[in-house]
Amino acid sequence: MGIIEFLIFFPFVAAALLYLLGNGEKIYKARKVIVKGSSLVIMASVIYLAVRVLAGNESGSFLTEANIPNYFVMGGELLLMVLVTYYGFHYHKAYAAVLSWIGTIPVLWLDISGYAVEGLPHFRVDNLTVIMCLVVGIVGGFICIYAVGYIKDYHHHHRNFPERSNWFLAMLFVFLGAMFGLLFSDNLGWMYFFWEITSVCSFLLIGYNKLPESINNSFKALWMNLLGGCGFMAAILYANIRLGACNLSQLHLMGSQSSPGLMIVVTLLAFAALTKSAQIPFNGWLLGAMVAPTPTSALLHSATMVKAGVYLLIRIAPLMAGTMTGVMVTLIGGFTFFAASLMAIATSDGKRLLAHSTVSNLGLIVACAGVGHPESVWAATMLIIFHAVSKSLMFLCVGAVENETGSRNIEDMHGLIVKMPRMAFVMIIGICGMYLAPFGMLVAKWAALKSYIDSGSVWLVLFLVFGTASTSFYWGKWLGKIMAVIHKSQALRDTTHIGEWEAIYPLAVLVVMMCMLFPFISSYLIQPVLNQMFDTIVPPVIGGSDIGVMLLMLSLVISIPIAGVVVSRHRSGITDQNTRSYMSGINAGDDRHFLNSYGDVQPLYMSNWYMIDLIGELRILKPCQMIAASILVIFMIIIIGGAI
Amino acid sequence: MRILLGFLMILVAPFAGAILSGIDRFCSARMQRRVGPPILQPFYDFYKFTQKKAYIVNGLQWLLVWGHFLFVVLSIWIIYSGEDFLLAIFSLTLSEMMLCLAAYSASAPYSNMSAQRELLQMACTEPMLLLTAIGFYLNSHSFMVSDIVSCSTPAILRAPGMFAGLLVILPIELRKSPFDVSSSHHAHQEMVKGVTTDISGRTMALVELTEWFEIFLMCTFVGLFFAYDNSLTGYLIGIAVALAVMLVMTLTDNVFPRVKWERMLAITWSTTFIAAGGNLLVLTLLQA
Repeated sequence: MGIIEFLIFFPFVAAALLYLLGNGEKIYKARKVIVKGSSLVIMASVIYLAVRVLAGNESGSFLTEANIPNYFVMGGELLLMVLVTYYGFHYHKAYAAVLSWIGTIPVLWLDISGYAVEGLPHFRVDNLTVIMCLVVGIVGGFICIYAVGYIKDYHHHHRNFPERSNWFLAMLFVFLGAMFGLLFSDNLGWMYFFWEITSVCSFLLIGYNKLPESINNSFKALWMNLLGGCGFMAAILYANIRLGACNLSQLHLMGSQSSPGLMIVVTLLAFAALTKSAQIPFNGWLLGAMVAPTPTSALLHSATMVKAGVYLLIRIAPLMAGTMTGVMVTLIGGFTFFAASLMAIATSDGKRLLAHSTVSNLGLIVACAGVGHPESVWAATMLIIFHAVSKSLMFLCVGAVENETGSRNIEDMHGLIVKMPRMAFVMIIGICGMYLAPFGMLVAKWAALKSYIDSGSVWLVLFLVFGTASTSFYWGKWLGKIMAVIHKSQALRDTTHIGEWEAIYPLAVLVVMMCMLFPFISSYLIQPVLNQMFDTIVPPVIGGSDIGVMLLMLSLVISIPIAGVVVSRHRSGITDQNTRSYMSGINAGDDRHFLNSYGDVQPLYMSNWYMIDLIGELRILKPCQMIAASILVIFMIIIIGGAI
Repeated sequence: MRILLGFLMILVAPFAGAILSGIDRFCSARMQRRVGPPILQPFYDFYKFTQKKAYIVNGLQWLLVWGHFLFVVLSIWIIYSGEDFLLAIFSLTLSEMMLCLAAYSASAPYSNMSAQRELLQMACTEPMLLLTAIGFYLNSHSFMVSDIVSCSTPAILRAPGMFAGLLVILPIELRKSPFDVSSSHHAHQEMVKGVTTDISGRTMALVELTEWFEIFLMCTFVGLFFAYDNSLTGYLIGIAVALAVMLVMTLTDNVFPRVKWERMLAITWSTTFIAAGGNLLVLTLLQA
């Protein structure tokens, strides 16, 4: 059994084991060992795979003869359909069941009727697969480790929810397995199968606590993703019957011969990817996913699910370069980047802000993929890696803060640096990783900007510059809230589960490490992807003195907190050199109260600025969705109508 | 050689910035029919600040003010050693972000409100600063300042829209009316010294010093539009225009009242969009 089969099957085995163990006080210990062990095994195997592929020992295509696995895939698809049908009717949401039938039955028919093209490899491994596997395996693994401790605390705080944590942990592993399957599949039908598993899995995870709100939101996620699945299904049918192609790599080869029907397939696949990546107008499902326990959001937002969409887009990026489909994808992506970052400004719920920010960042990645130049693909891949690590770190931190203080509102994080210094420090790293200058995201933005200008996409450049401005506004506000120092406050007793720290610290270290090592990530991981994808030697995207200047900036940024530690060792706490803050009334002495004009002590509350009247979600979400939906519909009609 | 120039300019910049600031105060006073301070007044102020005890609200603030200073210096260094212009802008943004955070860390009402206004000001300027970089790129096909100054045509000919947009956001960067929303040189708005309310003594001296660097940096941005072929004429024109622009800024400061933040956002973003965006569109169409 090869490493590929192992990576796909092992998470499913772990999931089954976790589910069968059930719940109960006695089980917790064993379960912890199993989850940690399996996560470490997954991490070790993706690294092993990466080393083998990068050393040139394992790459290319596998599994040409696959009669028996094909039956498994068909059976699996049938099972998913039955599952969705059951849930759809059980909760009186028949539309989900109907969408599932539309998406599944034609594919089953294709397989049975023999129209399906066979005889080509079903799996493929190249450098892009490896990068994605590293992201899924390592980030996903840490999230699973975090989840064991978290879910225990979660049920401790929410005693009214039925305890189904065995099922929850099992689902997380199923998710990882499905993601690996999706990444390795070259065959479109197989990819579609794993694609549908992730859709159904996210539906089940979002509805975890079975509140009416979670059930509504989970069905929202389900129908949007199944709709995308229908697009995928149509792409498979068209590719198999009209083009005689069943593999992604085949489509890739056709690109040079530019067959007219190819663009239909590419457009349909792009449509599916846009729903999965929660681009406006489909961003509703990702925002709704917030009701689920934190590990779910962390997994959906960073390592899996939404990344599946952008992964597919990057795969078809060279086919989209300079076509109408490319224009459609870049327009939606650029618009999403800008609009979602505006909505994030007007959000005070920490997790919801992170959701808007995920949508926004994915918009940037989608736009990069749509441009389809080597430089923009470089930027997209870089963004995926950095976004996955920073965003998962942020989610895990917000979840831990919520478990500790009972609130995930940014307003309540005022003075977190005093109340929970360790957590605040890690969060600062996470936020800086998301938007500040020398860190990865900005490096990638630099390349993205360059490629947008070179490809002459004026709209995209404008979306990018305005979106960057609003992005720094909302992150800056949050960072400021955390950094507010209130005198004479005490640190809270840190009750964060040790297992949670075991995931948070490594991820924080990873953010900083990756920023320092980004020249190596670029030259050893991403550059080969470009060479494979564009079949030429692509000149280094970033190089020369720029790297030097960026590293100089990074070392300056890192030296500031180190200097802070050194300085604070020498002068401890409040000295005579310290003063109270200016209150525009007499400071009552604790920086929290002031004396008003009657001489009474008055408490002080400082709120952040959200501009809800101007750019609140209630105000601009609907119009934005209308705009994006009309762009999507018009372009799809033009492209598909034009090609038929 | 180029790197040495970068270090040399780090030494020159504060003096030039301080004198520009002195000239600004002098001219401003004359426009208001006052005698005004001597041109060297900023140096005297600075000296006085350094003589004072550094009363700091918390240690974090002190560090962040240092960060604010260091990244503006880095930005100057990047430009004068001919490195990537875009990175200079990133460094400038980082530095301004640090000042905001310094204000936030005081956890005090005036500082807090102006920190948020400062963030909004950054959001107003950032698109235009990036588009300035893009204007240079479209002119010389490189973000490297060494290539920008040796391009055969000065950027102003191909990117006048970017130049106009830059002039509109310049009052924000220089803390001048009509856009001195977060902090001002004069006590004519409710935030007065805004972000620096809780900064005093020697720490304040550092903020003043940083401001001189910033003034010099803004002059550099303006001057870069006129540099071509690495020729002396180009540089001289650039310096002359930068000085003229500074004078215009002093005049604007005196004739305009401060606007509300909504107006500021609307004015800056719309001019950026129309002038710089339009310029970008034209250039892209011409090159295609």
